[in-house]
Amino acid sequence: MTPTVTTSGDLPGGATYDVTVIGGGVVGAAVARELAKYPLRTALVEARDDIGEGTSKANTAILHTGFDAVPGSLEARLVREGQRLLAGYATGSGIPVERVGALLVAWDEEQRALLPGLLAKAERNGYHAGRLLGAEELYGREPRLGPGALGALEIPDESIICPWTTPLAYATQAVRAGVHLHLGCRVLSIESGPYSGSDTGSGAAGGRHTLTTSRGPLHTRYLVNAAGLYADEIDRRMGLDTFTVTPRRGELMVFDKLARDLVRHILLPVPTAAGKGVLVAPTVFGNVLLGPTSEELDDKTDTDSSADGLHFLQEKGRRILPELLDEEVTAVYAGLRAATGQEDYRIQAHPDRRCVTVGGIRSTGLTASMAIAAHVTGLLDGIGLDLGTPRELPAVTMPNLGEAFPRPYLRADLIGRDPAYGTIVCHCERVTLGEIRDALSATVPPGSPDGLRRRTRAGGGRCQGFACGPAVRALFEGARP
Amino acid sequence: MTRNERAVDVLVVGAGPAGLGAGAELAASGAGRVEILERELDAGGVPRHCHHSGFGGRLRGGDTGPDYARQCVRAAVRAGAVLRTGVTVTGWVNATTAGSAADGPADAPSPAGAHVLDVTGPAGLERITARAVVLATGARERPRSARLIPGGRPSGVYTTGELQQAVHLYGQPVGSRAVVIGNEPVGHAAADTLRTAGVEVVAMVTDQPPSPVAALLRLQGRCPLLTRATVIGLSGRARLTGVTLRHEDGRTLTVPCDTVVLTGDFVPDHELARRGGLTLDPGTRGPAYDPEYRTSRPGVFAVGNLLHGVERAGVASSEGRAAAAPVLRHLAGTVPPARRPVPLAVDAPLLWIAPNRTGPAGARPLRGRFVLRTARRLDHPVLVVTQDGRELDRQRLLLPAVPGRPFHLGAGWLERADPHGGTVRITAV
Ligand SMILES: Cc1cc2nc3c(=O)[nH]c(=O)nc-3n(C[C@H](O)[C@H](O)[C@H](O)COP(=O)(O)OP(=O)(O)OC[C@H]3O[C@@H](n4cnc5c(N)ncnc54)[C@H](O)[C@@H]3O)c2cc1C
Ligand SMILES: Cc1cc2nc3c(=O)[nH]c(=O)nc-3n(C[C@H](O)[C@H](O)[C@H](O)COP(=O)(O)OP(=O)(O)OC[C@H]3O[C@@H](n4cnc5c(N)ncnc54)[C@H](O)[C@@H]3O)c2cc1C
Repeated sequence: MTPTVTTSGDLPGGATYDVTVIGGGVVGAAVARELAKYPLRTALVEARDDIGEGTSKANTAILHTGFDAVPGSLEARLVREGQRLLAGYATGSGIPVERVGALLVAWDEEQRALLPGLLAKAERNGYHAGRLLGAEELYGREPRLGPGALGALEIPDESIICPWTTPLAYATQAVRAGVHLHLGCRVLSIESGPYSGSDTGSGAAGGRHTLTTSRGPLHTRYLVNAAGLYADEIDRRMGLDTFTVTPRRGELMVFDKLARDLVRHILLPVPTAAGKGVLVAPTVFGNVLLGPTSEELDDKTDTDSSADGLHFLQEKGRRILPELLDEEVTAVYAGLRAATGQEDYRIQAHPDRRCVTVGGIRSTGLTASMAIAAHVTGLLDGIGLDLGTPRELPAVTMPNLGEAFPRPYLRADLIGRDPAYGTIVCHCERVTLGEIRDALSATVPPGSPDGLRRRTRAGGGRCQGFACGPAVRALFEGARP
Repeated sequence: MTRNERAVDVLVVGAGPAGLGAGAELAASGAGRVEILERELDAGGVPRHCHHSGFGGRLRGGDTGPDYARQCVRAAVRAGAVLRTGVTVTGWVNATTAGSAADGPADAPSPAGAHVLDVTGPAGLERITARAVVLATGARERPRSARLIPGGRPSGVYTTGELQQAVHLYGQPVGSRAVVIGNEPVGHAAADTLRTAGVEVVAMVTDQPPSPVAALLRLQGRCPLLTRATVIGLSGRARLTGVTLRHEDGRTLTVPCDTVVLTGDFVPDHELARRGGLTLDPGTRGPAYDPEYRTSRPGVFAVGNLLHGVERAGVASSEGRAAAAPVLRHLAGTVPPARRPVPLAVDAPLLWIAPNRTGPAGARPLRGRFVLRTARRLDHPVLVVTQDGRELDRQRLLLPAVPGRPFHLGAGWLERADPHGGTVRITAV
């Protein structure tokens, strides 16, 4: 089967889709992948020119255990299940994950007093490997920690993961299994009417939606609204007024790889009345992350960083890991959490609309994505979509972007077969011509040099293009049709 | 692991003017097998993409960068150095300790005092043992992120290095209206490149106060120079739409443009130096080194912009050549008995001094002088050299010391420094 990925022009006409997923973030891509297991005609439509261009590209990239979720909530369950599912999936598909463990560090008596309660909460969430550490053991584990820490709660299974490869792996697998991916395709309006086509499967829940998109009309029987920050607006286009998304911005700083040895674990703040606080974490790319801030906005496109935000992060970082601030900053970015005024996820089936809304996936969606997908598929089944018999999807192998695993520039076998894997183009990140070439001809190719960076790391290093920017851009442009 | 293992006498990392200078002089003086490794497909370093003239001999008006790069390459190859391009040194096998085989992994037998480095190239992986290593990895301009400039992440944001390659090596379109941040020579090189590419330079910006002389000389027919101003934000989602500046007095101003070039603010490319466990100088952020280009690791030398951010190409090349003699002494085992190096440090507003360690008795820095930088303009300063409260020297500069440009301190006081004493401090009064 030739994979269907379209990026411009009118949408291909043809039969009505059984299900259309709106939004190609990590959640929408996971849902599309789950649906790909079934004999359905499925489409994934994304407004931007690539998968994972929204909140999914700008988070803290932690695979959470869910130890601190609200016990009994849907989020607690889906994060716990999602962590297990994604950890297994990552191993099989080449998504880098490192189980570095987390330490919730108490910096004052108030925070230390909260640790036993957090441990008990973890137990209630079904997480039993947590442990309290005294100051001495803490400094033994994290010698570069700033002075004054009193103790910590250790969560050994908190892990770091590649946030970019994850949605790409889902989308790649979905597309290869027959899901149609339409990029650059913004859903503008939705009209729902009785179904009048000749396809099978009408019945009691029959009827179809006509989506007007920036690339023409699209017909579908069922809809999954996974539009992230815009999930409220998509719902409203269907006459559903369920919640309002308020973007909550989180700014982050990425420090140079030469800082990586300063920290061994994810250093989490102890959540207090004053907020969730700022963390320091290694990344699978071998950098160190500091952030995020938390600020309510009303502009869903405002992913700017701010002078105040960066200043705040520097102050926090100096306390946690003083030497970190002496290192160069490689990147600064901001992501927007889709807050809806409710702690829990807002995943809801609307039987009369043949639609499932996946809203409020605020700050754990990367972790929970696979469990959310399974849950949503169950809800679709519950509102009358005949799923059919599932099959195993052929495995997918994604290019490794993780420092903890052998990268092509270190692999004599690969270079021996093809010298392009020994030709380094991006020097800071050691990205080879072979990897760039592979990414440009992948099942889901990048829509911009930025997309190429998320597939290869090219241009994402400390020099930010001083040495390789034009070379990488030329390769990208050269591969464009 | 399948690595092709080889041995050389001297491994030079980086084929810019400094590495090529070192390689040429070493090969010419019979240092044995001298190999220069360059990660780019073309050797020559930064001058490869500086299409303006001003390189090499000042008296001749100077060559263009690419011409100068070719001359450096030719000289090194003609002298007998082995130059290999498209080959990257990725790390050290015996990272933290110099020498003894017992310290290295079992698969890396290293003769006492030798260094073992890993290399990646299209022909495969190598592990090269060298009796001496010369690091010449250069410097880069700090990008927007490292300067902590807030705002969006639109395209159209360059450093001079990226801009020059885009225009001169790749012929890529740049934009139509540009703001150049920085008023140092490299900023003017960026402005020239922009004009070559048909881009209007709408302003140059510096955080420094106006300099009386420069103001008279430069502004005729050129773009306005905005002084005492810093960038506080970039706007635009997909493409840059403007640069917001704040004047020292608090006023802010947004200049509409689709391109901004962040120039100057060089930081040494010190990754390999740090991975090798070399001590860094806190001022330059390059390896700490003495007048003989010796780093904290015996047998590892460093030259060029790696030591001190940007200098003229001729200086980098001379440093490379000057390092040959101490490298040869190291190879011959005739290094004067080790002496504890005394660190040199500066007081604000001075930023750094290089070299920043004292060397063996009698060793003098290039041209008998140290190079320094200041954070703000100093009119005819007196540089005072002290050690443990004792004044060693006092030198008046005839010209003002200006940010982003080198000025110098004569090295005559070196023999008065106590080799067993504390840090030597340089203060501007
Ligand atoms: C600062 C920060 C830190 C975080 N840290 C973590 C973490 O460590 N671990 C973790 O598990 N989670 C974390 N998260 C949460 C995680 O990033 C999100 O939950 C997840 O990315 C949400 O994915 P999504 O697919 O719902 O949304 P998005 O990625 O925003 O995807 C929605 C997509 O829908 C598209 N779309 C919108 N409207 C339309 C339309 N009309 N037509 C077509 N397409 C449309 C958008 O373009 C977008 O691509 C963090 C979030 C933030 C902001
Ligand atoms: C925009 C600009 C304009 C300039 N204009 C002038 C001028 O008009 N006149 C003048 O005299 N000077 C000028 N200069 C300064 C001059 O170019 C530099 O001083 C000179 O290039 C420094 O030489 P270098 O060898 O130390 O470093 P570089 O030229 O930077 O060379 C370092 C080399 O090392 C290589 N390298 C780094 N790491 C590795 C590794 N791990 N493995 C293999 N190779 C590696 C790099 O690829 C690079 O080629 C200018 C500089 C700039 C940026």
